[in-house]
Amino acid sequence: MAFEDVSFELGYGEVFGFLGPNGAGKTTTVRTLGTLIAPTSGSATVAGVRLTPENGMEIRRRISIMPEAPGLYLRLSVLENLQCFADLYGVPDVRERIEQALRSVNLAERAHDLCGTLSKGLRQRVALARALLSDPEVLFLDEPTSGLDPLATRDVHELIAALGSGGVTIFLTTHRLEEAERLCDRVAILNTTLRTVGRPEDLRDRLFAKSLTVRTRAPLAEPGRIFGGLPAVESWSADGAAAYVVAVSDAGVAAPAVTRALVQAGADVLSIGESRHSLEDIYLELIDEDVEAGRRGR
Amino acid sequence: MSRRRIGAIFRKELREYRRNRSLVVGMAIIPLVFLAQPLVSVFALPASASAQLAHRHELLYLLAIPALAPGLMAAYSVVGERQQGTLEPVLTTPIRREELLLGKALAVFLPSLAVSYAVYALFLACTALFASPGVAPALIRVPDIVAQVIFTPLIAGWSIWLAIGISTRASEVRVAQQLSMLASLPSVAVTSLIAFDVIPASLRLAAALGVVLLILDRVGWRLTSAMFDRERLIVGTK
Repeated sequence: MAFEDVSFELGYGEVFGFLGPNGAGKTTTVRTLGTLIAPTSGSATVAGVRLTPENGMEIRRRISIMPEAPGLYLRLSVLENLQCFADLYGVPDVRERIEQALRSVNLAERAHDLCGTLSKGLRQRVALARALLSDPEVLFLDEPTSGLDPLATRDVHELIAALGSGGVTIFLTTHRLEEAERLCDRVAILNTTLRTVGRPEDLRDRLFAKSLTVRTRAPLAEPGRIFGGLPAVESWSADGAAAYVVAVSDAGVAAPAVTRALVQAGADVLSIGESRHSLEDIYLELIDEDVEAGRRGR
Repeated sequence: MSRRRIGAIFRKELREYRRNRSLVVGMAIIPLVFLAQPLVSVFALPASASAQLAHRHELLYLLAIPALAPGLMAAYSVVGERQQGTLEPVLTTPIRREELLLGKALAVFLPSLAVSYAVYALFLACTALFASPGVAPALIRVPDIVAQVIFTPLIAGWSIWLAIGISTRASEVRVAQQLSMLASLPSVAVTSLIAFDVIPASLRLAAALGVVLLILDRVGWRLTSAMFDRERLIVGTK
């Protein structure tokens, strides 16, 4: 079983991140939704069409998938690759659409280059242009920056961001959390089963208590007296010699009160700010839970 | 069935084959080997041997070319794409497997036909120009040429479907090519036996073989399409 108990919805024009470690079932999910693999059970609707063997062609007509490996014909030029796929999708105005797709990935001047002569990053861009040819309702991008150097990764990120802001619905699988955080409106975290789904900030709120991080020049003499009893402050703990994490129910109320209390106590405050949990923290928290549950199960 | 999608695969395959040197060389070697042997034996014949040639159909021996040559390319068509990683993007498009396979088969069929007919023409020209007097008229007979023209596409078609069928199930290009060669040997054996008059050639035999090959070509397409399993080709197991 590659994945089970996975349930989510995508809105039109949304950039949806599908995160998970290697082997979590991300690619299998994409292949299943793309009608390449038949599900053993469950149901799905892709681009408004029910996922059934009879509807395979209709779904493939409405979507586009960019697999992890670009899968270009290396002996063919960029233009020849795109012409072939434009015909396979039955695209009208082939020349115009190809020019448009190439322009959107900044490859118009490389149209006649053989794909075999292009760098990995450029091949990825050609694959993205190929995926855009059919003007898909849903664009599946499977690990689009896998194996790319930071420069090429940045280029692909910019392209995806531009597509997202242009209203294309994007289903992005990745295990690069900064990629998902940067590009996605909502994310789902998969580890064979769906662990969570939501906007990154909602997931943060759901998984982590809100807190303030306070740094002072010297350790506070009586931190309990300073932080205790302040409005919206729930608890506090030391985080090193002169740093404190203050759990709060409302950072907007607690932060001014904490600041005033520190100043009144004569503390030299270096910084005070809301603790920010990254998507990586959320991801690691959930995956660690799975690892722990697995250990207990054994 | 969409002509546009079949045409897209056909053009793409032709371009790929044209630029794949090892396939082109492989495709060229087989016809040359099968041309050399009969040419040498024809050139060695003295003028007095023309009477003995009445029951030989040297030209039909060349039918081994459409039996063997297309197999090399057709065997590459599916497993080669799978190994290159280009099959998955194609399968994500709204193409039917019958369209994909027909496009691939046509891209092998037409060059095979062109090469086969070109080699026959070369053989006929060389025989007419360089064989001993009397040998050419004894060897070049209208029924043989007609049989050659009719059976070349039928045999090539069957070899292509066999090879594509093998290619959809094989895990490596080389294995697919070797198995395709083996699978084409019965066709070579039959044409050689007729060429050397072990099986006497007759109109009835020709008609029967023609019908059988027509049926095999039709069944081959359907059978190969049925064997084409997207999921197994993508995931690699099933």
